Amino acid sequence: MATFTLNINGKKQEVDVDPSTPILWVLRDHLNMVGTKFGCGIAQCGACTIHLDGTATRSCILPVSSIGDKNITTIEGLSENGDHPVQKAWLEVDVPQCGYCQAGQIMTASALLEKNPNPTDEEIETAMNGNICRCGTYLRIRKAVKMASES
Amino acid sequence: MTLVKTKIGRRSFIRNTGLASGGLVLGFNWLASCKMTPEQVNAMPKEWFELNGFLKVGDNGMVTIMSPNPEIGQNVKTAMPMIVAEELDVAWKDVIVEQAPLNTDIFTRQLAGGSQSIRQGWESLRMTGATARQMLKEAAAQTWQVPVDEITTSEGMLHHAASDKSAGYGEMASIAAGLEVPEEVSVKEISEFKIVGTDRKNVDGPKIVTGKPLFGLDIQREGMLTAMIVHPPAFGMKYKSMDATAAKAMPGIKDVFPVVVYPEDAEKQWSDGGAIAEQVAIVGNSTWECMQAKKALEIEWEEASTLENSAYHDEALNQLLETAPKEAARKDGDVEKAFKSAAKIVESVYTAPFLAHNTMEPMNFFAHVTPEKAELLGPIQTPEFLEKTLVSVLGMPAEKIDIMMTRMGGGFGRRLYGTFAVEAAVISQRMQAPIKLVYTREDDMTQGTYRPSYKVRYKAGLDDKGNLIAWHVRGAGTNDDLIFENRFPAGAVDNYLAEKHSLQTNVTTGAWRAPRSNFIAGAEQAFMDEVAEAAGKDPIAFRLELFDRAINNPVGDPKNNDYDPERYAGVLKLVREKSGWTGGANNGKSRGVSAYYCHNSYVAQVMDLTVDGDKPNIDKVWCAVDCGIVINPLSAKNQIEGGIVDGIGHATYSALSFSNGQSDQKNFDTYRLIRNMEAPKEIESFFVDNGIDPTGLGEPSLPPIMGALANALYRATGRRYYHQPFINDKPPLVG
Repeated sequence: MATFTLNINGKKQEVDVDPSTPILWVLRDHLNMVGTKFGCGIAQCGACTIHLDGTATRSCILPVSSIGDKNITTIEGLSENGDHPVQKAWLEVDVPQCGYCQAGQIMTASALLEKNPNPTDEEIETAMNGNICRCGTYLRIRKAVKMASES
Repeated sequence: MTLVKTKIGRRSFIRNTGLASGGLVLGFNWLASCKMTPEQVNAMPKEWFELNGFLKVGDNGMVTIMSPNPEIGQNVKTAMPMIVAEELDVAWKDVIVEQAPLNTDIFTRQLAGGSQSIRQGWESLRMTGATARQMLKEAAAQTWQVPVDEITTSEGMLHHAASDKSAGYGEMASIAAGLEVPEEVSVKEISEFKIVGTDRKNVDGPKIVTGKPLFGLDIQREGMLTAMIVHPPAFGMKYKSMDATAAKAMPGIKDVFPVVVYPEDAEKQWSDGGAIAEQVAIVGNSTWECMQAKKALEIEWEEASTLENSAYHDEALNQLLETAPKEAARKDGDVEKAFKSAAKIVESVYTAPFLAHNTMEPMNFFAHVTPEKAELLGPIQTPEFLEKTLVSVLGMPAEKIDIMMTRMGGGFGRRLYGTFAVEAAVISQRMQAPIKLVYTREDDMTQGTYRPSYKVRYKAGLDDKGNLIAWHVRGAGTNDDLIFENRFPAGAVDNYLAEKHSLQTNVTTGAWRAPRSNFIAGAEQAFMDEVAEAAGKDPIAFRLELFDRAINNPVGDPKNNDYDPERYAGVLKLVREKSGWTGGANNGKSRGVSAYYCHNSYVAQVMDLTVDGDKPNIDKVWCAVDCGIVINPLSAKNQIEGGIVDGIGHATYSALSFSNGQSDQKNFDTYRLIRNMEAPKEIESFFVDNGIDPTGLGEPSLPPIMGALANALYRATGRRYYHQPFINDKPPLVG
């Protein structure tokens, strides 16, 4: 066990955990921040996507010991009132079916728009390709990302 | 207005108390984790009045409507309350929706399966809203001393025109709550609907996009431990012994033990398909610690039955296709005689592998079992059956068992089989502690209740004018006999023979989104395309000829046919019109068509694609649907789109195979699911507006798309695709 001070959503949080613990489980089990989802545990599905210094990152294979003082943003911290342009577009398009993968989708989309505010359709598809939606809401995901980019 | 018998007994109302003191408290605890904004708190009523088990009206006119059925992404949590709100005649903005706990005294069929929630809930949901509205009207009539028939309602308001009196529902709720339940109430005419038939957004949308705890895996409780299981590594193996010394000594681990989940005398339900009698449980403080301990365990398993391979399944299914069963499932005329006189014969075999459900949220469940009470909370499509199993396995009466459904990160049939919830309960009972059982993705994928693997052989005979004179289908599946003998084209062909076999295996199989239809529709519709081509006819015209036959001169008793040929032909004509169908090509794009009937709904689809090298690019899918009244078009279209993407994905990319009883695929690095770039560029849906009572929508768009895809691929590549997943159908479709 070791103590780590993490910068999460603009707040410092201290945790005492096994250094090998992926940040996904630190968030979910130790900090009760369950918006970041567990899907596969091997960085294949994207459900666990967070921002690490603004870059979309898979939290399920990222040991807490490797984070250092990097800034973590989770779905809970993407916006204060759930009104990030991507979140608003997600609601407007009514994207979710079961909803489980959508936090990861939104984190990937918001990181994309941060780096590339006006992506082409192809760039949107490429960026979103790593996030599996088992319900098949891909068309609405693309539409919502496009809508957010235009807002 | 239409008068209907209410069918609500006094019992439902008396039992409300039980609901409030038991299940609802549990529900509110769960919701308490989602903080309300100050505006929301101010808008909340000071007092609620329960008018029946489905709804309560607040003193300020807000209404809480319970959504009775489990929510797996099919959006019933929005659609079912919409129906109640419609008949209650309340503004949708004033409605709060809550997931109802399992309560068999009040609700019927609290199950997510077979695309039946709306179809089977339609009458009772309407009646529930209409009954409450009638009671509010009677309360107003008593208060104002006017005849109840003169009271009208509008968006949560009661009016009496003659005396110019008006009141909100909230003002009359306390009086209404004390009235007798009317024996007969009026429901609206379709033309009066203001909510049903309009676009309403997912009621959980704001929570989903902000990452609020909604799912079973999100449950956290004071003192809760995490549990994981280790199941036998292969179908056909069972637990023998273990050395847990190292695992038990690992940090955060509370206990490791073999656990008999299902004793020999357990009374199992159908929902216990896939039950494993004995497994190993690991209980610890956190998920990661349990995952580490799991790796350190040394468990010895022993062979209990044959360890099967995919090669065996293939060969055994092949043999069944060569063997005529003792009895035909349906026989009209004489196919053998007809084949002898046929001008042309077409014959093909289609196959598909096992599939895992792969809900994005792996199996999990919260359980807190004490000698006094069992509390279960989590993602389950069949809570009523779970309760029955728990009565037997825990040795507790149903009254002591509370089951609450969380929103589910996908179902697709997987959570019909609630063995994981039983495991959670048994582990909690042993630990005397609240636990959350968590499956890893590997646990989830390798201990599935899979879509069976299938093979089907079709043989069709045409006369010299290209008329279909004989149709012979023989199908087989693993633990499933595949064929719906009374579906199309039964009743449209003079000589028809349907035969079916089931191959017993120890690999657990079960319902997977649109059971059987999820393969047979694509096979049948791909074969129909081959036959139409052999007949020299347009594929839509060819199908319509058959529907004309079934309409005008059906073979056998039309009551035996499990479809309405007019509605079937209706969706085909609609998709023909909307897609501007002129044949197998459209401005350089290759086209395929398909139509199917399942879950009481009719779907026809046209797909346009191009093949770039080996990669299919799907430009557009047109989809015509007849599911009767559409409750919520916005989400209905979402279901259609999702089913189409799901169907394309599984037909093209996904497969589960077995070596020595173990699935070869254990996670998404080897089990391929469709991704964003592979989905169609556009899907356009059209609904037939016929005012018929609503039917299924969660499943029907998936089955036929596999046929439309195979047929469009044929137009593009010149070769037929017979074996799913199509990427493995040689030569490879995609590298």
